[in-house]
Amino acid sequence: MNHSEIIKTEGLTYAYPSEDGTPKLALNGIDLSIARGAFVAVLGHNGSGKSTLAGHFNGIRLPSGGKVWIDGMDTADPDKLYEVRKTCAMVFQNPDNQIVSTIVEEDVAFALENLGVPPAEIRRRVDDALKAVDMYEFRRHAPHKLSGGQKQRVAIAGVIAMMPRCVVFDEPTAMLDPAGRREVMRVIRELNRRFGITVVLITHHMDEAVQAGRVVVMHAGRVLMDGTPREIFTQVDTLREARLTVPQTIEVLFDLNNQTGSDLPIDALSVSECADTLEKYLKR
Amino acid sequence: MLRDITIGQFFPGTSAVHRVDPRVKLTLVVCMIVTLFLAAGPVSYALLALYILSIIKISGIAPKMVVRGLKPVVFIVAFTAVLNLFYTPGNELWSLGFLHVTDAGIKVAVLMVVRILLLIIGTSMLTYTTSPIDLTDGLELLLGPLKKIHVPVHELAMMMSIALRFIPTLIEETEKIISAQKARGADFDSGNLIQRARAMVPILVPLFISAFRRADELAVAMECRLYRGDIGRTRMKQLRLGRVDFGAIAISAAVFGAVIVLGRFGW
Repeated sequence: MNHSEIIKTEGLTYAYPSEDGTPKLALNGIDLSIARGAFVAVLGHNGSGKSTLAGHFNGIRLPSGGKVWIDGMDTADPDKLYEVRKTCAMVFQNPDNQIVSTIVEEDVAFALENLGVPPAEIRRRVDDALKAVDMYEFRRHAPHKLSGGQKQRVAIAGVIAMMPRCVVFDEPTAMLDPAGRREVMRVIRELNRRFGITVVLITHHMDEAVQAGRVVVMHAGRVLMDGTPREIFTQVDTLREARLTVPQTIEVLFDLNNQTGSDLPIDALSVSECADTLEKYLKR
Repeated sequence: MLRDITIGQFFPGTSAVHRVDPRVKLTLVVCMIVTLFLAAGPVSYALLALYILSIIKISGIAPKMVVRGLKPVVFIVAFTAVLNLFYTPGNELWSLGFLHVTDAGIKVAVLMVVRILLLIIGTSMLTYTTSPIDLTDGLELLLGPLKKIHVPVHELAMMMSIALRFIPTLIEETEKIISAQKARGADFDSGNLIQRARAMVPILVPLFISAFRRADELAVAMECRLYRGDIGRTRMKQLRLGRVDFGAIAISAAVFGAVIVLGRFGW
């Protein structure tokens, strides 16, 4: 296996047991490799298999067929499971159900306590993790009194205190309000840029996927598309077939092209890019 | 309405009583209970009362709150007092039919009431001045030696702290469910006891289902954060005995010793 890859899957299939005996295939032959330090978004509508795939990245689910390697370790090997989870951590959708303790800093310390890190070092790493997610001043607070975005940042701090090489985010903003979503996305980008942690972001928000360096689109348990955001989001028809919307900035230009028969470039990923294109069009 | 429930009420503060190590507090409360049963006469009781009153004073907790905490036990106290008053043999002072009041009866009844009140105030001062999480930590450390005989001390402490963590979350959820059911025309406030109990079913069923789902998700999240029970765990917060602790131990030992000695002489 190539040393620059942190996650690699080969012919990965996963079947859920179902009531009538015929297993339901949630993942159907996934070959994926994710480079160290990458920021990859995995997109897909509900039931596309994206969360099931995420579960394979730290051994919550084990493949029915095929292989998953995390930093060269086979997740199906029970002796490696602990190391796999240390290498590739996971943040879940509901912040309430992943916070263990009644005090913020105690919760961030949880993983380190489990690892048996000496108390003085726990203290230092907890403080660093809380500062990294901008929650240091809340360290003595009770988690249930924080907003959704703040809780999710505490959960992220709890994970990065372990100093994993890779963090998988399973729809981390699905239960948050717009302000909370922005806070959490900012922290996720920082993790990737400042600390060089590999980020796999499972999402169905296009505007979040746009911020990644690479987008993988899942549909019916398979990888439908794989490329840079610009390559993916300009294929409006394919995305719509996979029951996904496209970013609004692209949708505006695409529909404008269709309705007026013009041929504007439709690769505007940000609002300002879109505005520039429209300005040029109007001045023409 | 559910927000008023506080389990093991805790009044945060920074007084000397608050700062005493939870292990020391727990041990001292146990010693105090034993001492209370060794006290015999008015002098020893007065000394213990003085001890507990000074703890209240130092803790800065409003005496009104302490008195309010006694409400649920008023009946038991009154019941004990009446029983002791009428059923203690001694010199009869006054009688009506089968009821006899004796001089010994009055003395025992008064001391009994004082004993129960001191017992309850003394133990509630523990929960008033110690946060539940400190209390759990203290218990885990104190009972640590029992792990040798396979008592699951760590697991019990972990269960307790997770329960404490989820009380506010589940209360919030219950309120949401109540509102949702009310919006669908559910009636929780009228009818007899059985009808009202039946009206609780539509609240309890969704609450239980969601609690199980939360438990499942939390278990996965804990595993992902490398939890595997008590194997090789360390703690960030290290409890160390300081001056406040030694002071509390010295004063309490002096008081308890004096009470026990006085009790031997029946004072």
